[in-house]
Amino acid sequence: MVNFSGARMIEVGTVLPERVFEIDRELLVAYANASGDQNPIHQNEEFAQSVGLPNVIAHGMLTMALVGKYVTDWAGGSASVKEFGARFVKPVIVPAGEKVDLTVSATVAEIRGDRISLTISATSAGVKVLGMAKAVVLK
Amino acid sequence: MLNPDSVGRTFNGAETITVSQSQINSFASVLGETKTDVAPPTFSIRITLDQMQKILSGSEVNLDWSRLIHGDQKFEINRPIKAGDSLTCSSTIESYRVAAGNEIVTVRGDLFSGSELVVSTWSTLVVRA
Repeated sequence: MVNFSGARMIEVGTVLPERVFEIDRELLVAYANASGDQNPIHQNEEFAQSVGLPNVIAHGMLTMALVGKYVTDWAGGSASVKEFGARFVKPVIVPAGEKVDLTVSATVAEIRGDRISLTISATSAGVKVLGMAKAVVLK
Repeated sequence: MLNPDSVGRTFNGAETITVSQSQINSFASVLGETKTDVAPPTFSIRITLDQMQKILSGSEVNLDWSRLIHGDQKFEINRPIKAGDSLTCSSTIESYRVAAGNEIVTVRGDLFSGSELVVSTWSTLVVRA
């Protein structure tokens, strides 16, 4: 691959820089208001525990939205994202008064025409929270 | 339990949802996104999940929305959503199975602006036993 002046060197196997997002209860309330998802398992500890959860958990879609931010920042904006998918394998647990991490990284899996496929890793407190996470972005 | 006759069917949402700049701004702000000329890639979830709930929890399909968890999610974005888009949503129940008492349903949501398909989403929803 030719590395044009000023262009990023991107090839299959290129590893994107890791980034850590912080999630706290305040962010969960903000996401609930912005998304319309007011399920109490994302805000009310007593309710979350009453349905068998260890504590309040982040919306899976908040986790995915933050990973989306990671992808769009790398790709050069929201309009670059053509496909995005993930499985919610474990919840992000958000205790009161704490900031928990969402640690994201990605690898270039395929380059076809003007499209780059990324495989994405997302963990919180060392636990994998998204499975099969993939995005396709425009070059 | 989900009405088995609904599997494979497409339900057209009755509403037209007009996206406002303030909705995009508040969604973007949570993510620390400052560029709001178009919506973040997962923004459409706020429309599709709401539309799916109205259809799936209705008497015709009868899914128990109160014990629902989100299993997986996929987006195919033909073009990004922007303020002023007036969107309709059609929901198709693509698959349904019961495993260990859990109901697992995959619903496709297609967002249209007139006849233009803007975004397709797939949501796997699990009703816990």
